Amino acid sequence: MKDIISGLNKVFDSRVRLGIMSVLVVNDSADFNTIKELLDITDGNLASHLKALEKEEIILVKKQFVGRKPNTSYSVTGTGRKAFQTHIDALEKLINPTR
Amino acid sequence: MESNIDDLRFIRSTMERSSKFLTLSGISGVAAGVVAIIGAFFAYKIVYNDLSFTGNSLIDMIIVAAIVLILAVGLGFYFSLRKAKKVGEKLWNSITIQIFKDGCIPLIVGGIFCFILIVDHSSHLVAAAMLIFYGIALINFGARSYRDIRILGACEIVLGVIAGFLPEYGLLLWTIGFGILHIIYGTFMYLKYDYKRNSSNTD
Repeated sequence: MKDIISGLNKVFDSRVRLGIMSVLVVNDSADFNTIKELLDITDGNLASHLKALEKEEIILVKKQFVGRKPNTSYSVTGTGRKAFQTHIDALEKLINPTR
Repeated sequence: MESNIDDLRFIRSTMERSSKFLTLSGISGVAAGVVAIIGAFFAYKIVYNDLSFTGNSLIDMIIVAAIVLILAVGLGFYFSLRKAKKVGEKLWNSITIQIFKDGCIPLIVGGIFCFILIVDHSSHLVAAAMLIFYGIALINFGARSYRDIRILGACEIVLGVIAGFLPEYGLLLWTIGFGILHIIYGTFMYLKYDYKRNSSNTD
């Protein structure tokens, strides 16, 4: 899964997924609509990327009711946080290898 | 390579946008400052018995304070909403609501404390209390908005402490804190964050 040479993680090989991770690592949790508005993408697009990240156990899904409305919120798992940090480090190293 | 830089830039900006309240407009600060100075002028007149609406100076002061508060907050929201629209973002999402709620705690406690001071006939300390609690709220809020706001918060607290020791200058210090500092700060914030964005949008 990991690109051995660059250290880049294939799971994060998409703008939408980078966006999702960026939102989730700086917030305890975020609900579907908040992520959607922040990234300015369609429901279907976001849902499919969220599902993929969930499958890799990068993020955690929590379904609950707020009043009578169903609400799905997402948070990042410990593994996910580590993997994302490694990915960012790898990106930085590619730009500035001396660091 | 170029795309890696872009990715990092995107990550950084998304993190910032999703954890901070950045639609606060500098003009909001200027408007709040102007309202505060006008309010202070009326308060000054009332204190020196040049002006009275109800015959009771305490009730007059509370009326003026309420109008100032409503106008300042209202204008603040109006200009922030305008800025949010301009940059194509929503003012309210679950994250900004949370930031706002957290920010309100010291303000509400401060309000209650000022009420206690008035009931206790210690209204000469109200200006100091308002400045100090407002400063605390700003320092808290700054952690989740533009960081520069914390400097404004620190200045308000310093003024508040001075007002505590020199209550006879309370109204003057209040006017400096809520009026002049807001105008200076709002102008500074507008030039630093909003003006640049506005002009780059029209390019």
